[in-house]
Amino acid sequence: MLRRLIAFRSVLLASGLAVLTPTLALAQDGGVNGANTAWILTATALVLFMTLPGLALFYGGLVRSNNVLSVLMHCFAIACLVSVLWLVAGYSIAFGSGGALNQWWGGLDKAMLAGVGMDTTSGDLPESVFFMFQMTFAIITPALIVGAYPERIKFGAVLLFTALWLLLVYAPVTHWVWGGGWLADRNVMDFAGGLVVHATAGTAAIVLALALGARKGFPGDVSPPHNPGMTMIGAAMLWVGWYGFNGGSALAADGAAGMAITVTHISAATAALTWMLVEWIKLGKPSLIGTVTGAIAGLATITPASGFIGPVGALAYGIVAGIVCYIAVQLIKQKLKIDDSLDVFAVHGVGGILGTLLAALFASPALGGFGYGEGMTMTSQFTVQVIGVVSVVAYTAIVSLIIIKVTQAVAGLRSSEEEETMGLDLSEHGERGYSL
Amino acid sequence: MKLIMAIIKPFKLDDVREALGAIGVEGMTVSEVKGYGRQKGQTEIYRGAEYQVKFVPKVRLDIAVDDDIADRVVETIRDTANTDKIGDGKIFVLDLASAMRIRTGESGNEAL
Repeated sequence: MLRRLIAFRSVLLASGLAVLTPTLALAQDGGVNGANTAWILTATALVLFMTLPGLALFYGGLVRSNNVLSVLMHCFAIACLVSVLWLVAGYSIAFGSGGALNQWWGGLDKAMLAGVGMDTTSGDLPESVFFMFQMTFAIITPALIVGAYPERIKFGAVLLFTALWLLLVYAPVTHWVWGGGWLADRNVMDFAGGLVVHATAGTAAIVLALALGARKGFPGDVSPPHNPGMTMIGAAMLWVGWYGFNGGSALAADGAAGMAITVTHISAATAALTWMLVEWIKLGKPSLIGTVTGAIAGLATITPASGFIGPVGALAYGIVAGIVCYIAVQLIKQKLKIDDSLDVFAVHGVGGILGTLLAALFASPALGGFGYGEGMTMTSQFTVQVIGVVSVVAYTAIVSLIIIKVTQAVAGLRSSEEEETMGLDLSEHGERGYSL
Repeated sequence: MKLIMAIIKPFKLDDVREALGAIGVEGMTVSEVKGYGRQKGQTEIYRGAEYQVKFVPKVRLDIAVDDDIADRVVETIRDTANTDKIGDGKIFVLDLASAMRIRTGESGNEAL
């Protein structure tokens, strides 16, 4: 994302020297581009909409009827908590300049948005807009992890884990990839968050699912999703919001944003059809939940590549995402018996990692992509992508495990068997989703 | 007087109501219930995983009738609700000790 921004600005500055029109004058260093700002303001709203209520409804429909409120509550409370922490320190750690340690984190210079006013810019956007746009990414990432632990986690554990995880995992990894850290220096390709969002959330999800243990009765005797219709509504909102997620990551209202939305859409549609066909052939019926899960797999997989590959590459992405993520769900739930309840790792983790690795291939102009950074080839890019995946997954797994241990010691992790049977809606929140 | 309690497949409810109306049944109580018999629940598949649904949704009819037509009511329900497939349900017939219409205080057959 940062690399694109720099390239974009140098083109504008070069043309600005030749013809001095008012529009280009606005785009000069320190100036704000109105068109780009308008689009990123819009994209910010779209990405917040992905979590509130998109992801909340997507997950809410998949749990038992006496846990629906607890899942909605997890997503809503995480959105609020992360917003505050993003202001306090998260944004600074991710996007500040960390001085001597800038390879690793952004420091605390911009804590509480110190020094940021209405005239402060980030590229050709007001910094407040960039701050808000990035905040919506910081919100959805820990909210994705909610799918690993529903129906059995204490609410206090959700809050404490999320707070520590945002500051110690999400913010530093974001700095590595997008904030000018060591992976950005190596030209890692992650357009909209295959590593930053999906690989981190997926990895944390599987570690947390293992630490927490399976739901009572898993795998043979757990309740089916209580409201597939709600899940479809949430998935549809996620799809729409993803235009802002991937299209907004161009940080400009331009052809890159347009192409990002195009490939995003094609991948989602193709992956949905692929998953549907796999179910139809293997299980006899094409299910709604399977089809919408396929769309989400396609969206997660295209995310890191959405600014780098062409529409035909997106078609291939969709097919691969639909098949591989379907297999991953079966492998983790049925074979390994890990109760990552709503398949966060299988869909987001696997999708994000797969998309990050494939980006090195499909960015090639020979495969309809838009090429590599200066001095990079397919092979050298692929090596960097592998380094990115391995380091982000390993760092996330280790630090998440430490955070889980701390959370367990301070707040406790798992609700009692009685509370679990009663459902978290009543036992944790004293409310009922449905009074029938 | 008899109390006829029938557990049937939900989609057969309208057919049964019409058929019983045609032979003079004046009223019934309908409840949505769940249970299992020889069918032993059913299987649903989500994201490739099988879920055992142990209790299957059914509709329960409670019908109080005069002894004279009790057999015809049972036969009519049997004929109408039958699909020849497992899970069609059951019909129970109980002796009914008394009945009263709340508005008028009528009792016995008068109240049905």
